[in-house]
Amino acid sequence: MDIGKIVNDLWVESGFNQLFVHWENAVMIVVACVLLYLAIVRGFEPLLLMGIAFGMLLANLPLSGMMHMEFFSGKALSEISFSQVLHEGGILDVLYLGVKLNIYPCLIFMGIGAMTDFGPMLARPSSMILGAAAQLGIYCAFILAILFGFLPNVAAAIGIIGGADGPTAIFTASMLAPQYLGPIAIAAYSYMALIPLIQPPIMKALTTRKERETVMTQSKPVSKTTKVVFPIAVTIFCVLLLPSVAPLIGCLMLGNLFRESGVVDRLSDTSQNALLNIVTIFLSTTVGATSVGYIPKAVDALGNVTDATNVGFLSSSTLLIILLGLVAFSFSTVGGVLFGKIMYAVTGGKVNPLIGSAGVSAVPMAARVSQNVGSKYNPSNYLLMHAMGPNVAGVIGSAVAAGFFIAVGRALEWIP
Amino acid sequence: MLFLTAIEEISIPNALLLSLIGFSVVFIALISIIAVIKVIATLSQSKNAAVPAPAVSAPKSPVPAAAAAGKVPAAGSQGEIDLYTVDDQTAAMLMAIVADDLKVPLNTLRFTSIREAS
Repeated sequence: MDIGKIVNDLWVESGFNQLFVHWENAVMIVVACVLLYLAIVRGFEPLLLMGIAFGMLLANLPLSGMMHMEFFSGKALSEISFSQVLHEGGILDVLYLGVKLNIYPCLIFMGIGAMTDFGPMLARPSSMILGAAAQLGIYCAFILAILFGFLPNVAAAIGIIGGADGPTAIFTASMLAPQYLGPIAIAAYSYMALIPLIQPPIMKALTTRKERETVMTQSKPVSKTTKVVFPIAVTIFCVLLLPSVAPLIGCLMLGNLFRESGVVDRLSDTSQNALLNIVTIFLSTTVGATSVGYIPKAVDALGNVTDATNVGFLSSSTLLIILLGLVAFSFSTVGGVLFGKIMYAVTGGKVNPLIGSAGVSAVPMAARVSQNVGSKYNPSNYLLMHAMGPNVAGVIGSAVAAGFFIAVGRALEWIP
Repeated sequence: MLFLTAIEEISIPNALLLSLIGFSVVFIALISIIAVIKVIATLSQSKNAAVPAPAVSAPKSPVPAAAAAGKVPAAGSQGEIDLYTVDDQTAAMLMAIVADDLKVPLNTLRFTSIREAS
């Protein structure tokens, strides 16, 4: 018995050895630990970041067998072997099907709908325009991504990061650019967590002190009938306008109807608590698990490489996507604040431009940022409810923008 | 050419054009939703106007209602509060904001009334 060979084989087959062979996994494990630190110690969007970081950690531990990105990477939905995933895949592979089939983003939207009070937006419908203006970053990032040489489908998926809406970004990326789902999702959620750092300097740079101190008057009360009819009317209108947006808007408005109808409290409660929490665990963990440093080449039964296009997370494209995501967020904030200034001028100083930045979705964090910046300059100023209008309008706006790109993608055959 | 037959690069002018159309679609969609909201609100108001209005809307006061139901006020409650054209949820949120802003416990503050500023 050759003890030396046994020891050598044990070493060669260990995960430690694999870390030396594929250093990319080691780097990703360090990144995962940094993200865990940010989530646990710094409290950066921990509900999402913790799952993303731990999924990343699990997927990058060599030979753990929980995630096989080679089953999915660079493949259109029709090219994925579901039989292979179910027979040979690990738990994260199976859960990841919910992302690939766009089940999780829609269920998350249902929970968001059940949690969201559209009242502030219905009380001041004109604030919805700010939710549209704050989608500017989507198109700026799209053009920049094209300039950097990305294909249009990938550029569109990158642009949607500017919508500051994680589920919408995942929904769009999984349809238009599945190979970049990991970096896009991580960029979207990371910047959402960093909104309190990204937005205030832009808001201050674009507004005068007088504008920031503007006190807004109380909005009109909204009738229950309006709140109940709204989700039904919006679903009909938006889905007729852009059928591709049906899964997102449909689920968002179904959740909201659960809430506002007042006759299905149990369903509303389940949507905004239990269901949302369960789906958040599945979504965050599996999205994190897509960020694999080294992806083995896909091979057939004879061992022949069938897909040599698999690229790991650590690439120049990833860095560029993360950079473009920041540009998208910044320009969206600029769009919202600038349109807020226009509304300030048109209304004779009745609208505080700071609520424009809340149009970037990220409910309710962006609205809280408007409140915090506004109260810093006028402590008696309560902008929170006024900012919630553009904030929830931004959710609809980013879903419409995503629906537009998906519709264009289908028309121009961008969808892989 | 804007319309492509496969995934291939598009030119910057086409990307600009696509962005312009996309941005316009978002505006059109949200402006149309504003119109939908206005119609719903108008219909809702006209429906309410058709129903005879109740005499004088008495100010809501949750504490007497609770007392009438035989409930004991929570520890720290300081009496009653009159709400004028403000629902319970909004009132609770406003009180929480004020307490947070003043950095004092909510049960040490006394609100006598909350009304919508005209």
